[in-house]
Amino acid sequence: MRRRTVLKLAVAAIMSGAQGFPGIVSRAYTAPGAADAKFLLVFLRGGYDAANVVIPVGSPFYYEARPTLALARPNPSDPQAALPLVGADNTVGWGLHPALKDSMYPLWQAGQVAFVPFAGTTDMSRSHFETQDSVESGLPPGPRTYGSGFMNRLAAVLGGTAAPVAFTDGLPVVLRGDLVVPNVSLKGTGRAPFDERQVAILASMYAGTRFEHLISEGFELRKTVAEQNEMMASGGTSGEMQAANRNAISARGFELEARRMAGLVRDRFNLAFIDVGGWDTHVNEGGTQGQLANLLGNLGQGLAAFAEQMGSAWRSTVVVVISEFGRTFRENGTRGTDHGHGTVYWVLGGSVRGGSIAGDQVAVDRSTLNQDRDWPVLNEYRALFGGLFKAVFGLDGTRTDQVFPNTAARDLGLV
Amino acid sequence: MCDRHIRCALLTFLLLLPSCSIGRANSSSSGPAALTAGDVRWLNRVTFGIDSATAARYRQLGRARFLSEQLQLKVEDPSTLAAAIAAIPVTQYSAEQLVRNARVEQERLKALPTEDDKQQARMALNQAANQAVYEATKRQLMRALYSPAQLQEQMTWFWMNHFNVFSGKGTVRWTLAEYEERAVRPRALGSFRDLVLATVKSPAMLEYLDNAQSAAGRINENYARELMELHTLGVAGSASGSRYTQRDVQELARVLTGVGVNATDAAPRLSPERQALYVRDGLFEFNPNRHDFAPKIVLNQRFGSTGFAEVGQAVTLLARQPATARFISSKLARYFIADDPPSALVNAMAATFQRTDGNIAEVLRTMFTSPDLLSASAPTGKFKDPMQFVVSSLRLAYDGKVITNYRPVVGWLTQLGEPPYGHVTPEGYGAAETAWASPGQLVKRFEIARAIGAGSAGLFNTEDNRPGPSMGFPMLNNRLFYEAIEPTFGARTREALAQAASQAEWNTLLLASPEWMQR
Repeated sequence: MRRRTVLKLAVAAIMSGAQGFPGIVSRAYTAPGAADAKFLLVFLRGGYDAANVVIPVGSPFYYEARPTLALARPNPSDPQAALPLVGADNTVGWGLHPALKDSMYPLWQAGQVAFVPFAGTTDMSRSHFETQDSVESGLPPGPRTYGSGFMNRLAAVLGGTAAPVAFTDGLPVVLRGDLVVPNVSLKGTGRAPFDERQVAILASMYAGTRFEHLISEGFELRKTVAEQNEMMASGGTSGEMQAANRNAISARGFELEARRMAGLVRDRFNLAFIDVGGWDTHVNEGGTQGQLANLLGNLGQGLAAFAEQMGSAWRSTVVVVISEFGRTFRENGTRGTDHGHGTVYWVLGGSVRGGSIAGDQVAVDRSTLNQDRDWPVLNEYRALFGGLFKAVFGLDGTRTDQVFPNTAARDLGLV
Repeated sequence: MCDRHIRCALLTFLLLLPSCSIGRANSSSSGPAALTAGDVRWLNRVTFGIDSATAARYRQLGRARFLSEQLQLKVEDPSTLAAAIAAIPVTQYSAEQLVRNARVEQERLKALPTEDDKQQARMALNQAANQAVYEATKRQLMRALYSPAQLQEQMTWFWMNHFNVFSGKGTVRWTLAEYEERAVRPRALGSFRDLVLATVKSPAMLEYLDNAQSAAGRINENYARELMELHTLGVAGSASGSRYTQRDVQELARVLTGVGVNATDAAPRLSPERQALYVRDGLFEFNPNRHDFAPKIVLNQRFGSTGFAEVGQAVTLLARQPATARFISSKLARYFIADDPPSALVNAMAATFQRTDGNIAEVLRTMFTSPDLLSASAPTGKFKDPMQFVVSSLRLAYDGKVITNYRPVVGWLTQLGEPPYGHVTPEGYGAAETAWASPGQLVKRFEIARAIGAGSAGLFNTEDNRPGPSMGFPMLNNRLFYEAIEPTFGARTREALAQAASQAEWNTLLLASPEWMQR
């Protein structure tokens, strides 16, 4: 029984908890395809357990299938319980993991985040590497060719306005391809190690070589990162930055990276990628507390910090959080979950029409599982991203085809 | 004189005339012959990177005898290195001991009274596991840096990457040291078929690719697919000529049922008939009760119900396929020679592979004596992967002076995107320039060049980073540099070096130069 339920949440009031997010109060929508549009892809590597994050609390089968891992139904007096994701019809079919209470939940209440369950790829290998690579390449099923990723092709069709970057050690498949895309890890201390004279000498050795352009990109990015860090460390230049800096002192892990990333995306880039690892929770996954909760807390804080640090640019920014696959709907014998299929994508941004569970859905029950094991994929990722890029960057059909060949773009109306 | 040596080297190289190489060796007694640019390039492929000892040996033996020696050197390390390696704790235990100890500790911590105690014990166990991985890495780096058997150690790295396992999965952290030491390294220059079979019997591989979980009626295809796609034939439909089908994958998976790991004292209860087919070797176990004894057909060959002998039959079958000869030859050429090696070279190597029934040393001999070898990549050179970049830089900079603290080296490899035993997925690290020459990685290499060149990385500290003897910065402008490195530099690099304001900066520029990034 598949039913199409694109729920929309009317945000009646700005919640007090959302005060920290600039841009909410005015909530001026940026026109689709605006020149200042920005897109960030966050890849949760390892296959996060979506069913314990955006939780089908309305499904008795969920509680049957996860005797030790399940989170309690929403209950205001129980801090261990899932947080209610109240739909437009006032029913609570879904709940949010409480580790996201202070980060994603305010965004949800402000209507700035939508969740798309039953999302993913048609690749059924349930293999991390194959699924990650095939998702990043964004090509229709066929022989493996990972020479070109969909964000590289997106940058190509955007032409001169594209400013892509990967915040990773190496260049991920999603940004590989014809265009030279710079990458930099934001994990380090960030001090620029060479002065201008040294940079000039180093670059001079590469003049006329095939590396010349790569190196100038690399140096430029390295310098920008160092400047951003110094600005953050010295208290910043604006009220916004100062507000951010208060938190930056205690920031650690992904939050610190996310703040640095926001500074760079705000000022210099419009297509960005970062990945967060560690989600392969086969053993002792935990419930309200534990492995998954810690990972989520870290991720949520980072994303909230990113939203805050983007300042007014958050209004024209769309962030999508994905993973290669979901996990088995039933918990396994070691209090964890194994590789599954359908997952939940998160779509967030200052102008996202969120507060909704979006896309095609199906009642969560034993009979609707894929291969009696995991969630089906009802919302294919290439169609989703195609639709999203159309809306965010104003792409026409021809250009969407170049990014996602042989795919009918599908706009969920989130942007 | 120089010309004569080039001609001589060329003759040696083309015709393998022993008299010529002897003549070369003799001439060294009347004063060492200068290395030509071609010699240096060749040496930088056969080894992880030139150092004084390598250069001296080469001058002494000449190219052909140097290569023969590299292909024949014993697996045993020379005594000083062997003693240093024997002192590394992880080398003193078998994988079985390490896994069993970890299991005992896990049981013990479950019984601890408080959650805090458990947490502490868990952390200590994790630390011990990380330490075991570090020690395996250290051993690999020590051999890469200091062993005279450079080709053997490069090939050990190559095969560890080809038959990749990931230290983060399950008990691989405890079994990988033995995997490298017992399964891969002793066969790095031997028979390819034996090498494949050794990996099939390795607990690290069986756990990493989930075959330990696969049993009759509960098939896991993961390993069967990778054994064909990544380890032998190449992906179906690719340039190797590989033609296996999904059906072949399923059939091979059935052949592999029962091949697994047993970390307990208990042996399965078997009927007398099956008892005869039971195999146990350390952690490795072939359990006939889990094996699918129904007939199978893989690549059109019938398999009888012979238990583990079926696995040997399958490995022989796969190793002897022409597609395997082409796939392995092409991968070797892409690692050592060029991202897009000449097809004549790959064909010659594949022919040797088939003629010698997969003798790895002979395939390498064909490659390293081929006239296509150096012309193939000229004038660009082959971009070093992070391991080659870091190891060659350390070999040049410290030239045999033994590092005590390998943690910075592990850190560099990680920052460059090639953490040791850290590739999650079974295809291993790529060898192509595009995988390593991103803007972020290039600039990171400059920073590492500086850390090495300035002598500031703490490489001679103790492993818990207490200060060791002060070594200052290395002196890279030594005889080896002027003989072997400087002649490879173009005008721009020379100009840059001339602008260096200090020895440390000069070192940095050398190790950051475009010529040094390539071999």
